[in-house]
Amino acid sequence: MQLTEKHREYWRRNLIITAVLLLVWFVVTFVMGYFAIPLAEITVFGWPLSFYMAAQGSLIVYVLIIWYYARRMDRLDREYNVAEGD
Amino acid sequence: MATVQKTFTQQLTKYYAFYTGGFILFVILLAIAEQMGLPRRYIGYVFLLATIGLYAGIGVMSRTADVTEYYVAGRRVPAFFNGMATGADWMSAASFIGMAGGLYLQGFDGLAFIMGWTGGYCLVALLLAPYLRKFGQFTIPDFLGARYDGNFPRMVGVIAAILASFVYVVAQIYGVGLITSRFTGLEFGIGVFVGLAGILVCSFLGGMRAVTWTQVAQYIILIIAYMIPVVMLSVKFTGVPVPQAVYGGVLQKVTEREKQIAADPTEQAVRELFKQKAEAIDAKLKDLTAAYEADKAALMQKRESLEAAAAPEDQIQAARKAVDEFPTTIDAYKAKLAADQGAAAGKAAPPRPHATPFPGKDEKARDAARRNFLALVFCLMIGTAALPHILMRYYTTPSVSEARKSVFWSLFFIFLLYFTAPALAVLVKFEIYTNLVGSHIADLPSWVQSWASVDKTLLSITDINGDDILQLPELTLGQDIVVLATPEIAGLPYVISGLVAAGGLAAALSTADGLLLTIANALSHDVYYKMLDPNASTQRRVTISKILLLVVAAIAAYVTSLKPGNILFLVGAAFSIAAAAFFPALVLGIFWKRATKWGAVAGMVAGLGVCLWYMVTRYPFFGINAPKIWEIDPISSATFGVPVGFAVIIVVSLLTPQPRRELQELVEHVRYPHLRGDIDTQAT
Repeated sequence: MQLTEKHREYWRRNLIITAVLLLVWFVVTFVMGYFAIPLAEITVFGWPLSFYMAAQGSLIVYVLIIWYYARRMDRLDREYNVAEGD
Repeated sequence: MATVQKTFTQQLTKYYAFYTGGFILFVILLAIAEQMGLPRRYIGYVFLLATIGLYAGIGVMSRTADVTEYYVAGRRVPAFFNGMATGADWMSAASFIGMAGGLYLQGFDGLAFIMGWTGGYCLVALLLAPYLRKFGQFTIPDFLGARYDGNFPRMVGVIAAILASFVYVVAQIYGVGLITSRFTGLEFGIGVFVGLAGILVCSFLGGMRAVTWTQVAQYIILIIAYMIPVVMLSVKFTGVPVPQAVYGGVLQKVTEREKQIAADPTEQAVRELFKQKAEAIDAKLKDLTAAYEADKAALMQKRESLEAAAAPEDQIQAARKAVDEFPTTIDAYKAKLAADQGAAAGKAAPPRPHATPFPGKDEKARDAARRNFLALVFCLMIGTAALPHILMRYYTTPSVSEARKSVFWSLFFIFLLYFTAPALAVLVKFEIYTNLVGSHIADLPSWVQSWASVDKTLLSITDINGDDILQLPELTLGQDIVVLATPEIAGLPYVISGLVAAGGLAAALSTADGLLLTIANALSHDVYYKMLDPNASTQRRVTISKILLLVVAAIAAYVTSLKPGNILFLVGAAFSIAAAAFFPALVLGIFWKRATKWGAVAGMVAGLGVCLWYMVTRYPFFGINAPKIWEIDPISSATFGVPVGFAVIIVVSLLTPQPRRELQELVEHVRYPHLRGDIDTQAT
């Protein structure tokens, strides 16, 4: 089995997608968590922002990250001909 | 293949739709029976027997002796259903019964569990699940053994998998025993074994196949049981049946009420009384031996004078009981005093502001609280992405693409419960702060009286100032009460309480199933088949696996009946152990071709070692109590274990020769869902 340049490109693009999504995950979790005290001053629909994010907002972002990844990778698989056949 | 899979999915959808309808009908029939006078005790029994019977039925129908069916449910579980099964596998008794209560008591800081136990799935989706599915064998140690070339890494994996899963399964069986004994009146020890029978009927005959289909059934019950009371409570307080969308307003009211309670003179006076109580205990702690003798003498004296005066029998009984229960050693006495002191000191403080992040008396305390919050989130997330019983579930999907989608469905189904729990905590807090605090103790709602008479650790009231009115510190709540009492607070019939118990049982049983199977598979597949007898027939492998399952279950039940330690700590320990032992080796194994056998072995041992060392030296249970590093609590010991694990793997790998060509090809193989002329690692 010899990997072609195209295969390597697939893997590089996968790594970029993964890294970007992990960055979003990191910001929502740890950066917002670190600044929870100042963020509590902002109120959205009754919740202090930091409470909302920890109790609900970040969870929604997590679900979206995984949804986007599954969709994006399916497209990438087809684009690079590495999708599983039937 | 695709059409077969499609028909299979359609059939499953039909079966489970019927099943859900049937279950709702069953609850409605029971509700009617209750109106016609069926006693509460029987409702508890009917729920217990009907649900366990149902799981047993699915277990028997799914019996199998085929290896692929037994270990990975034939690799044809559709993403949607695997998501539900993972949800049930994931959500334990602690999530179902304990979490909302934990949020009630800890406010913002408790949200670390909500974020940690969901965000970890991003790591599962992005870093592990698709690659493990492509690899496609049976267990997590399988991957370590193949990628790191040999039985030694596999063995380290087996030990870590068993350690983490066993600690976790003990916590689950404990939950099963608690729920069964509370709702049927059976003794805890018997409850444990009844529950165990329930676990075994699911997994014994059909392995992963049976566990998967019962877990789907269990998810449906647990989510219905969790949602109904919360939705009704929300309707009662806000008029809107979507608590998650509207509790922001309720939270504001709770915050206002906290300020009133903090400023109220009577409340302040009560807090002062608790402060004095805490100080009195402090004085005793300073002169332990004298206080021990004095307290003991006072109790004996009281008993004797009551006996001499021929006081009413119940008073004499109570005095005798007090003498009998008095600690027999100074150490036990000291522990009891310390616990009492902590409780009283907690009550001497104004109510904890629910919405405020990291409350603390000064900048230093707030900073430590923030650090612990972030550390706990980190450990729970990494642990989520490393617990073998969860990762194993992604071996059961038909393809890599389905594995990715399946992580999405998993988190979606988990999310439904996790974004509801914080809403429930706020709604219950609103009820207690506005309708209970400030009321006459005799006029409290009936659920307060009934739970106080069931179990003092769940709910108790001490009118310390004797004014017959409830002040907040006079009320002591155990964390499980929040979920258990919700149906009654919302004014629902008892059948809903039975439903909640059935949901809690489903949560505990499904998690215990997955964990026991992981342990038994690590022993039968990795140790017996891969190391001891690679020529064993498939028939023999499945039989051995079933026998081991029974043995492991019996040992776990025995350990549980000894009631070891605190559930929350057990759960936290399992996450830290899994995180430190597996996460670095798995991730580097996929993303870094240069990672070598000895790097992985050294990293896993070092990560696990650091983690266990920190736990043993810092957790009070072990009695060493060394000073904490950066104030990090022992529950988050993977904060140290994971970075050490990564560092050791990288350094040792660079010092050892690079892996063989075949191993590098294996890494390439798992990175692509499909390659022409590819090697095949899938086990059958």
